Amino acid sequence: MPTPNVLVLRAPGTNCDGEAVFAFERAGAKVERVHINALREQPHRLRDFQILVLPGGFSYGDDVAAGKILASQLQNFLADAVREFRDHEKLILGICNGFQVLLKAGLLVPPDDDGPLATLAHNTSGKFEDRWVHLAVSSTKSPFLKGMTGLYVPVAHGEGNFVCRKDWILSGLGQAGQVVLRYTDPKGNAAAGYPHTPNGSQDDIAGICDASGLVLGLMPHPERHVLPTQHPRWTREGLKQEGDGMQMFRNAVEFFG
Amino acid sequence: MLWEVELRPNGRDADRERVCDEFDLITGSVRGGDLVAWSSRGFLLEGEQLTRPDVERLAGELLADPVVESVAVSELGGRQDGRAYTVLLKPGVMDPTAESVLKAAADLNVPAAEVRTFRRYYGPDGINSLDRDTLFRKVLANDAIEQVVFGPLRADHLAIGRPYSFQLVTVPLRELDDAGLMKVSKDGTLALTVEEMRQIQAHFREQGRDPTDAELESIAQTWSEHCSHKTLKGEVEYTETIGGKTTVKRFKNLLKETVFAATVQVRKNLAAADFCVSVFADNAGVVKFDDRHHLCIKVETHNRPSAIEPYGGANTGLGGVIRDVLGTGLGGKPVCNTDVFCFARPDYPPDQLPAGVLHPRRVMNGVVAGVRDYGNRMGIPTVNGSILFDDRYLANPLVFCGTVGLIPVGMEFKAAAAGDLIVAVGGRTGRDGIHGATFSSEGLHDESEKVSGGAVQIGNAIAEKKVLDVILQARDRGLYRAITDCGAGGFSSAVGEMGAELGAVVDLDKAPLKYDGLSYTEIWISESQERMVLAVPPDQWAAFEKLAAGEGVEAAVLGTFEATGRLKLRYKGETVADLSMHFLHDGRPEIVRNAEWKSNADGQPSVGLDGVNAQDALLKILGAYSVCSKEWVIRQYDHEVQGGSVVKPLVGVRNDGPSDAAVVMPVLGSPAGFAVSNGLNPRYADLDPYSGAAAAIDEAVRNVVAVGGDPARTAILDNFCWGNVTDPAMLGALVRTAEACRDVAIAFGTPFVSGKDSLNNSFVAKDGTKISIPHTLLVSALAHVHDVSRCVTMDLKEPGNDLYVVGATNDELGGSHLHLVTGQGGGTPPAVDLAQAPKVFAAVHRAITGGLVRACHDCSEGGLAVAVAEMAFAGEIGADVTGLNDLPGAAGLSDVAKLFSESTTRFVIEAKPEHVEQLKQAFAGLPFAKIGTTVPDQRLRVAGANGEWLIWAKLPELKEAWQKPLRW
Repeated sequence: MPTPNVLVLRAPGTNCDGEAVFAFERAGAKVERVHINALREQPHRLRDFQILVLPGGFSYGDDVAAGKILASQLQNFLADAVREFRDHEKLILGICNGFQVLLKAGLLVPPDDDGPLATLAHNTSGKFEDRWVHLAVSSTKSPFLKGMTGLYVPVAHGEGNFVCRKDWILSGLGQAGQVVLRYTDPKGNAAAGYPHTPNGSQDDIAGICDASGLVLGLMPHPERHVLPTQHPRWTREGLKQEGDGMQMFRNAVEFFG
Repeated sequence: MLWEVELRPNGRDADRERVCDEFDLITGSVRGGDLVAWSSRGFLLEGEQLTRPDVERLAGELLADPVVESVAVSELGGRQDGRAYTVLLKPGVMDPTAESVLKAAADLNVPAAEVRTFRRYYGPDGINSLDRDTLFRKVLANDAIEQVVFGPLRADHLAIGRPYSFQLVTVPLRELDDAGLMKVSKDGTLALTVEEMRQIQAHFREQGRDPTDAELESIAQTWSEHCSHKTLKGEVEYTETIGGKTTVKRFKNLLKETVFAATVQVRKNLAAADFCVSVFADNAGVVKFDDRHHLCIKVETHNRPSAIEPYGGANTGLGGVIRDVLGTGLGGKPVCNTDVFCFARPDYPPDQLPAGVLHPRRVMNGVVAGVRDYGNRMGIPTVNGSILFDDRYLANPLVFCGTVGLIPVGMEFKAAAAGDLIVAVGGRTGRDGIHGATFSSEGLHDESEKVSGGAVQIGNAIAEKKVLDVILQARDRGLYRAITDCGAGGFSSAVGEMGAELGAVVDLDKAPLKYDGLSYTEIWISESQERMVLAVPPDQWAAFEKLAAGEGVEAAVLGTFEATGRLKLRYKGETVADLSMHFLHDGRPEIVRNAEWKSNADGQPSVGLDGVNAQDALLKILGAYSVCSKEWVIRQYDHEVQGGSVVKPLVGVRNDGPSDAAVVMPVLGSPAGFAVSNGLNPRYADLDPYSGAAAAIDEAVRNVVAVGGDPARTAILDNFCWGNVTDPAMLGALVRTAEACRDVAIAFGTPFVSGKDSLNNSFVAKDGTKISIPHTLLVSALAHVHDVSRCVTMDLKEPGNDLYVVGATNDELGGSHLHLVTGQGGGTPPAVDLAQAPKVFAAVHRAITGGLVRACHDCSEGGLAVAVAEMAFAGEIGADVTGLNDLPGAAGLSDVAKLFSESTTRFVIEAKPEHVEQLKQAFAGLPFAKIGTTVPDQRLRVAGANGEWLIWAKLPELKEAWQKPLRW
C-alpha cells in the first residue's frame, strides 16, 4: 500500500481542510497542513510531497473574486515550485475554492495573449447554494477518477459558473478530454438545467483537468461524501460501505503505487 | 494620486436586477427598471507614488475578471457622468475587501496606501426627487453605514483619522442633584438609572474625587442590562391572579430562583448521571460528550443592530456568538450554528410602514445574507433554525444566533494568574460600535436609525477565521491561561471580567488602532469586531507572538493582570482610571421591580369549528409563513462544511422535507453525535406565558428526540426577548415564563446550561404608537446521540407500513395555527403533562434506538394534520389515516380539533407491520394508537368519525402549498 505525502495548503479563510485531511488519511496517505505564508518562505518544501491539495473555503474572503488573491500569490511567489511539482508527475487537486484558485492561477488552462481563457463566475441563480448533485465522469484523463463513472456529492458555492471566453475554447477543452466531470440529472441525463446544474455552467461542466491530466479542479465536494452517514438519504436507502467521493482519494493514493 | 477602477459586467447585470426588484417591492410598482440602467462596482486607490501603469496592472492582474467584466481606469473625478450614483461605505465602516486589496497590492509591488470599494448605478436623467429618495434611502444604500454620491466623485484623501492629543476628562458629579445626574447619564448614552447614578456619586464622594470619563463608562458598560442582566437577576415582587385568587411572591434573584434553581435540582436528581460540566459560569454552557471531548453551546441575540442594519447586525451577531464559544474554557472549536429569526410578514404593506422602520422583507434578506456570509466564510455549518412571522416584530425583529463547540477534556476551565500579560488578538480597534452595550439596553424609537449608526457594524469573517486558526493552535500548545471575547463593552468588559477576581493594569495606547484620533475612553469601550483577549504567561509570549505573526494575525500586549483588586488604566503613562474591581462588579444597587400576572385564558372548549373545511385549513396552514418551507434560506447556508452532517435540515426523497432537528458528528469517523433543535411559541404565550414556555421547552426536546437524541442527556438554553419590563404586566409575563422554565426543566430532567435575555424590545413611532414584541422565549436543545447510525428522519419511507400517534390529543386550539388561518382568538393553549411527557420521550427514544421506527415527526403548528402531510410529501409516500376515533386522549373532540389541536408531547411514527408487538410493549401504559397506513398512491386521505373523507389531497398539491410562499 503506497503512502504518499499530501500537502493541504491553508490560507486565511480556508475552511474545508479538515475534511480533506480526513479523506486522504482514510485513503492511507500521510497528510500535513501547511499555511501559504510558510510555503512562501520555503517553496522547496513542496519537494517532500506527492500530492498538493487546495481545499475549499473562502481564501482571503473571496474578496475581489473567488480564489483570486490566493491565485495571485501562487502566480507571484510559487509559480516555479508548482510547475516543478507538476512536471515530476505529481498530482494537484483543487476543490471548490481550490478549483477557483487553480483556474485563476492559470494552472488548468494557461492564458493566451488575450488573457484568461475561462473563469468561474457568479452562479446564474444569483446566490450561494448548498445542494447535492449528480456527476458523470466524462473523460478518462484524470487519475483521480480512474475506474469511476459517476458520483453523488454536494456543492456549496456562489461562484461556480464555468464560463469560457469563446466557444472554440469550450469545444477545445472537450475534445482534449479535459472536461472530466459534468452535472447530470438523477438518471444520468445531460443538459438537465437548474437545479441539476446548480450554477449555470457552460456545457454542465463541474470539473476540468489540465493538459497533462495531473491537475484536477472541481466545484463539488467529494471530501464531504466519504462516510456513509454523509449521504442525505441514508435513513431511507440504508448505509452504504462508504461515500461516493472516497474512491477519488483512494485513486490518488494508488497512483503512487 | 487618487485613482478609480470601475468594473462593469459584460453579460447579465445581476446587481441591477437586484436593486430594480427591491425598488418594485418596496414601492409596489414596476418602475425599478426605468430608474437604474446599469450597475458597476469598483475601487478607489490612493498612493503618493501610484501611477496609471501601476493601477492598470493591478486592475488587470487582480481586480478585474476579463472573461466577464470590462475595466476602466481613471483619475478620481475624471469621468464626468452626471447620471451616476456611487454608493460608498461611510468612513470608518469595516470594508474587508478594501483591506484584502491593500495587502494583495503590496504583494504585487503596487504602492497603494489606501483603498475603498464602491458600487455604482446609472440612471436616466431627471429622476423625480421622491423616487430618488426611495432609491437612495431604501434601496441603493443604507444610510446607517453607507453614503450615496450623485455625479462625479471628489475627494482629496481616502485616509481618515486625525492625530489625538491627550486630555484627561473628569465628570464632575459629586455636587449634582438627581436631574443633573440623569442628564449626565442621558447625554453620555450611559443608560444608567437615577439609583445607579446616586450610587456612583456616593462612591466617588467617598473617594474624594470625581470620576474620569473612562471610569464612568466602565461602570455603565458593566452595569448595563446587556452585560449584567439586572432585571432577571434582580429583586421582583410578583402578584399573580388566577381564577380570582391572588398570591404574592417575592424573588431575591429571579433567574437564580427559577432557571438556575432548576439546573441545580436536575443535577442533584441525575447524581452520577449528571452530564453538566460548567453552567452559567462561562461564555457558553459546557456538557460532557465523549471520553476526549466536551460540548459547549451558546445562543445570543443581536436584535437592535439588526433592526437598523440587518446585514451587519446579523453578521456581527453570529460573529459574536462564535467568539463566545471560542472564548469558553480555554477555547471551543465551533462545529455548527443554529439561527432563529422573528420578522413581520414579508408582504407587509409598504405604505403602512412607520417612519424609521425598514421593510420586513428587506430585514429578512439582509439578516439571511449576514448569517450566510459570516457562517459560510467561517466554515461553520448552519444546520438548524427557524423563522417565525408575526407583525409585532415589525420594528423589533429578533435575530438569535447560536453556536456549538467542541472542547478537549481538561480544557474546560481557565483562570488568569497575577503576572500574566493581557494580550489583545485579532482586529484593530476603531470607533465602531461605541455604546453597543448601553444602546441595546434601551428601546428603539423612530430616530434610532439616525442616531445609533455608531453602534452598527459590519463583520469581517476572515479576520475572525484567522483568529480562530491561531487560538486553537495556541490552546493545544498551552500558550495562554485564560481567554475571553471582546463583545459588548469591548476591552472594558473583557478585561473587567477576566480580571474581576484579580486586578489589572492596562496601557490603552498599546492597542493597535485602525486610524488615529481615538481617545483613551473610545479605545477602552470600542466594540470593534473580531478581537479576543488572552492571559498569556510572560514566558509564552514570544512563542505566541511568532505563531500569530505566521498566520498574519496581529497580537499586542496591553498590560498585566495583577493581584491588586483594582482596575487601572493608563494612557502614555498617565493614569486615566483607577477603580475598585469590587465596586465595579458588586456595587450596583439592587432595585425591586413590580410584576403582575392576571390569567386571561377563558378555558372554554373550542367553538366555531363547524364551518371549517379540514382540507382548506390544512392547505392554508401549510402555506402560513411560519410553517412553510424555508428552503430558500437553508440552501444559502453551507450546512455541510466540516463533513459532520448526519441528519440535514432538509430530508426526504428529494432532499427538501422539513427535518425536526439536525444531527452532527463532530469528530469525523466516531459514531457519537449530537442533535440540536429549537422551540418557540409566542402565540401560546399571548394566552398564557406559562403554556408558551412549557410548550417551547417541549417542542425543543421533542424535536431532538424525534431524530434519535437521548432525552436523558439533553441540555437546554433559554433566550428571553421581551417588551418593556418597567411595565409590571410585561414583567409579570416574564416571571410566569421563568416559573414554567423551572417546573418543566425539573420534570424533564433537562438542565438549562446557558441563557441570555434581551429586554425592552419596543418601538415608539412618531405619533406615539407603541409596538411591543410578543413574549418570546426561545428554547434551544442539545441532545447526545450515542450512535448516529440509529438516527431517523421524518419522511415516510415505504408503503405498507403502519402509522401511529404517541401522546395525548386534547382540546387545545388556543394560539394554534388553525385559529390563525381562520381568524379566531381565545381558547385553551396547549399544556404539558409534566408527569407523562418524560415517559413519552423515553419510550420514543427506546423505540428509535431499538430500530423499531422508520420515520418520526413531532406534531407542532398545525397539529396532526400538518405532521402527516409533511411526512407524506417529504417521502413521496401516501397515507390513509382512518383511525381518528382511536386517537389517544381525544374522546369527545370534533374531527377538526383532533386534526389541528396543537397538544404537546406528540409524535407520528411510521413502523413496519412486523414490529407492532414490540411497539405496543415499548409504549405500554402510554397514550399510543395506530391511526393509519402508508400507501403507494401519491395522496393523503383522512377519514372522519363518520367514515367520510375529511381530506383527500394529492401530495404534489400539499407540497406546492407548503413550498410556494417563500420560494424566492
